[in-house]
Amino acid sequence: MAEELMLDLRNIHKSFFIGTPNEFEVLHGINFTVNKGEFVSIVGQSGSGKSTLMNIIGALDRPTEGEYTLDGVDIEKAKDHELSALRNKKIGFVFQTYNLIARTNALKNVELPMMYAGMSRGERTDRARMLLEQVGMKDRMHHNPDELSGGQKQRVAIARAMANDPAIILADEPTGALDSATGRLIMDIFHKLHEEQGKTIVLITHSPELSQETERIITLKDGTIMGETAGNWPAIKAKEGM
Amino acid sequence: MLITENILLALAGLKSNIMRSLLTMLGIIIGIASVIAIMTVGNSITVMVNTQMQEMGANNLTVGVSAKSTSEESTTSGLHFGAGNRREMDTEDYLTDEMLDSFLQEYGDNIKYTLLSSSVGSGTAMDGDLYAYVNITGYNEDYMDYTDLTLLAGRSFIEKDYENAQKVCIVSDYFVNNMFDGDTSAALGSSIEVNVSGKYYTYYIVGVYEYENDSYSSSSTEDTTTDLYIPYDTARAQLHTENDGYESITLVTTIDTDSEAFADTVENYFNVKYYSNNEDYEVTVTSMASMIESMTTMISTIELALAIIAGISLVVGGIGVMNIMLVSITERTKEIGTRKALGATNGSIRLQFITESVVICIMGGFIGIILGIVLGAVAATYMGYSASVSVVAIVVAVAFSMGIGVFFGYYPANKAAKLNPIDALRYE
Ligand SMILES: Nc1ncnc2c1ncn2[C@@H]1O[C@H](COP(=O)(O)OP(=O)(O)O)[C@@H](O)[C@H]1O
Ligand SMILES: [Mg+2]
Repeated sequence: MAEELMLDLRNIHKSFFIGTPNEFEVLHGINFTVNKGEFVSIVGQSGSGKSTLMNIIGALDRPTEGEYTLDGVDIEKAKDHELSALRNKKIGFVFQTYNLIARTNALKNVELPMMYAGMSRGERTDRARMLLEQVGMKDRMHHNPDELSGGQKQRVAIARAMANDPAIILADEPTGALDSATGRLIMDIFHKLHEEQGKTIVLITHSPELSQETERIITLKDGTIMGETAGNWPAIKAKEGM
Repeated sequence: MLITENILLALAGLKSNIMRSLLTMLGIIIGIASVIAIMTVGNSITVMVNTQMQEMGANNLTVGVSAKSTSEESTTSGLHFGAGNRREMDTEDYLTDEMLDSFLQEYGDNIKYTLLSSSVGSGTAMDGDLYAYVNITGYNEDYMDYTDLTLLAGRSFIEKDYENAQKVCIVSDYFVNNMFDGDTSAALGSSIEVNVSGKYYTYYIVGVYEYENDSYSSSSTEDTTTDLYIPYDTARAQLHTENDGYESITLVTTIDTDSEAFADTVENYFNVKYYSNNEDYEVTVTSMASMIESMTTMISTIELALAIIAGISLVVGGIGVMNIMLVSITERTKEIGTRKALGATNGSIRLQFITESVVICIMGGFIGIILGIVLGAVAATYMGYSASVSVVAIVVAVAFSMGIGVFFGYYPANKAAKLNPIDALRYE
């Protein structure tokens, strides 16, 4: 069966401080693809350029050089407001630092992407409740972020990433600030989204151990892809009988 | 839809830091409050002056003899006003009955009443232990018609009273209460003696009118002074001024007459016919309508000047709002980055922060309006005017505070909107 491409990156370069004496290149010609429904991890040490790469994948930033197609959309040619719409509808971000909006309760946080999408109030509240229920945060939905634990915040953030039923979830070190038990819980949620809803997920992590839990591992070192290996997820899945 | 969301968001933000919000609004509050207070006081004065002057009669023309302003005088110096080396006003300079008669022959159709009055003075009527304070004034027939007293008993003056300068009077029911224990029939026909600073005047009571107790003198009933009406000619005879002319006369024009325009006609008539040879004096006619108008203009000019000065504090307030908005945007850089990652366009970020600034300004504006009305009302009442709020000022204040919100909110909001999402997300 012919697999459909979700991400297609060709010869992606990214430099900072362009045109100044400080100019330096972080990504040196990245090539890889991700198929629809895949659970891929990008692994590398701190400073290897993972977040820079994620910002490009997430259409938050443009590459200095190279071609990038997301779900059939040529990012190079898209205008700023088109990128806004793209982030809104096709991408769900999960950050290491949760990035929930302060003084805004869990429900409103989850509603936010739907509000920017122009969904009616009743509709988005219903959906936000449903999503919070999926991540086990139903009883906390009226709490503000400062009343939630790290794991709870990250679960709200995942519900928010799912708000507009995105084509892809981009998670940058989602368990990086959590203890291992809570991290486990978050990983389970990603697996559930992948297995039950067929979501395409790109997990960015510095932990080789965590990357083993995915279907495919892309290793990044100093802004260059060192290689791709298969992950252990199919084996784990079979063992756990999912 | 985004507007309501943004308003709720802004309100939640204000609530979460009430002290800071209040301090931010302070400039707006003070600015709006002072503008409203000034407008309220000004409006109260205008309304009061207008009604009072209207009561005095908008159709009244005052024909008065006044000093001529010679060209020499106006050029020499601005320091000595009036008649420096001019002769005193003489009886020859006064308006006479002949002048008035010939004028009325020509323009009688435009005149409803010719009001003449002559004050004898204030005094005390006494009869044994009984006493009452009165104000004795002589009025001509037209004036009595114009005043339209409500007679409770007896009669008004008749032709003979004027012609023969009869010593008759009309007193108030209040006077009758004090002097005759309220017995009106006993009062009618009785003679009373009034002491006006040492001089005694005697009158026979022919009528009793209903005293209209207005709010201004209601406080001390004991000392109330009521008017005692006598015929004009009687007053002139008692004052030995029967042959003098008039220094000023009040004319009441008919409703159909444009009193302001007619004032010029009257002035012209007297000056051309009778005062062209008088080197020092001339006739000046002022209409009550033009006085009301110039009074109102004067008050509103002063009011506007003060309001503009107060308005400057609004600009200061606006800068305060802008400052806080800039601080708030820096504090919330990461939030802005997150919102952009979630799909917010530059436009919706801009809208969010402009809404916030407008909400702050309008809230400040409302508090300012309430404060201003209270201050203005207190000040107006203290100054003895009945407070009347200027609706225009309120509408303008709301619009103005909204305008300040947009104007001073735009720059910070635009700055937020243009933030690069990556830089905003990475901000620590
Ligand atoms: N916006 C930026 N401006 C300047 N330098 C940056 C920026 N983003 C990343 N870098 C640099 O790029 C390199 C890679 O950073 P990053 O992508 O965050 O790595 P990782 O996420 O793998 O830890 C670092 O040296 C960092 O300092
Ligand atoms: Mg990183």
